[in-house]
Amino acid sequence: MEQQLFKTKLRRVAKAGFFNFWRSGYVSLASVLVMVVTLSVIGSAIFVSAILNITMEELRNKVDINVYLVTTSVENDILALKTKIESLPEVLSVEYTSREKALENFRLRHENDQITIQALEELGDNPLGATLNIKAKEPSQYEGIANFLNEENILSSEGEKIIDKINYFENRVAIDKLSRIINSAERLGLVLSLALVLVSIMITLNTIRLTIFISREEISVMQLVGASKNYVRGPFVVTGVLVGLFSGFITMILFLPISYWLGGTTENFFIGFNIFSYYLSNFFQILFIVVGSGVAIGAVSSFLAVRKYLKL
Amino acid sequence: MIIFDNVSKKYNEDCIALDKVSFVVNPNEFVSIVGPSGAGKTTLLKMLLAEDKPTEGKVSFFDTDIHTLSGEEINLVRRKIGAVFQDFRLLPNKTVYENIAFAMEAAGRPDEEIESDVPHVLELVDLGNKIWNFPSELSGGEKQRVAIARAIVNQPDIIIADEPTGNLDPANTYDIVQILKKINDLGTTVILTTHNKGVIDSIGRRVITMQDGRVIRDDIAGKYIL
Repeated sequence: MEQQLFKTKLRRVAKAGFFNFWRSGYVSLASVLVMVVTLSVIGSAIFVSAILNITMEELRNKVDINVYLVTTSVENDILALKTKIESLPEVLSVEYTSREKALENFRLRHENDQITIQALEELGDNPLGATLNIKAKEPSQYEGIANFLNEENILSSEGEKIIDKINYFENRVAIDKLSRIINSAERLGLVLSLALVLVSIMITLNTIRLTIFISREEISVMQLVGASKNYVRGPFVVTGVLVGLFSGFITMILFLPISYWLGGTTENFFIGFNIFSYYLSNFFQILFIVVGSGVAIGAVSSFLAVRKYLKL
Repeated sequence: MIIFDNVSKKYNEDCIALDKVSFVVNPNEFVSIVGPSGAGKTTLLKMLLAEDKPTEGKVSFFDTDIHTLSGEEINLVRRKIGAVFQDFRLLPNKTVYENIAFAMEAAGRPDEEIESDVPHVLELVDLGNKIWNFPSELSGGEKQRVAIARAIVNQPDIIIADEPTGNLDPANTYDIVQILKKINDLGTTVILTTHNKGVIDSIGRRVITMQDGRVIRDDIAGKYIL
């Protein structure tokens, strides 16, 4: 019996909330528009955070060590060195580029630069040494690998030095600087996004408070005919939830053309990050956050706003 | 049934809305409270609806001091009191049917009862043809009749009507007074506040006259005398 009564009340509250949302017309539309702005800010914060994370990750992946070998080194010694490096626990992969391959790559890179190609022809011999490209499992391990190669006295079978140069130490400064810039950008982005999200939530809270301020007379009448606090509050909370739901779906629909339009630009600008692909592959996660935030903001702000006008 | 026992309401030293008001309303009575604006008529009704608390004295409804009750208990008391106001106080986003159904829903009545009682009570106030209209589509007299229908639908013990004819023309005023008299004839206590001399003189029942927050006359079959 009690359960039946509760179900009936719930149905009545849901119906009243829906009619309230539908019949309030412009007031509901205004709330939805303001909420769409807030949810767009929240959605954009998700995209900005993803851009920064992926850019940082891409940058970390770009870090590697190139070991340039002297031109006189023989392939057997190089392959022995490769095996030795591969046996280090920190190393993920080692790629060998022979002298011939290096020359081929060089020619390809400069095929339109006649002067360089001519200079190369005049040299007669291949001036390029073989290289070993090393990738570590973790970016922090590069220094250890570089130090190992630097300290270890690596010699050929004839007892000659075969390593010409290790480029890690030259690039490190630039890599560290870039990492610091990205880290700062990430922090700044986070703070700015949080501030924007907070400001937009405050604006939405106030808009919903205003819509309920319009209904303050209704609230007092409902109480005068003997309706309980929850029975008065319920329909307003349902209306808030509906505003959140509608705004959430509208925001998600708006993100579709916007992210598609920005997709190419972001891909060129942020090392392979395509905002449209990210939107599609994380669609349900973003949908959950955006719609969930809308529903939560709508419900909580309505609940708090009605409380102000409830007496007894 | 209703006892106002030495009830005073002071907002500050210079603003005294009620000053030691005492009277009793018995079951089935039709009591009119008259007096000029600012005499304390509306404040008196607010005390009965627990919208406001007295500074001194107590207001009893069926031997219970209303102002000692919890919020939930006050809701139960309000379901036994039907209220009608000068400004109608209908819910603007609900149809006539929904406005009346709301009072029944708030009292936890089942759907079947609501579906049968609402059209019936609208027939009583002669608004059966406006059941699906919104308040904005009704005239003043029609709005007041909807408010009366909402007030009586839960078969309350008492109807309080605060200046119900204040915004109406003479023809509608006459209709509303006739409806209130009919409700009283059917056994419901009615408390009416007004400063319309014609209304009071036509009813010919008990009249409590107020001035400056005090009861200055209480006549069994009175007229409007000030």
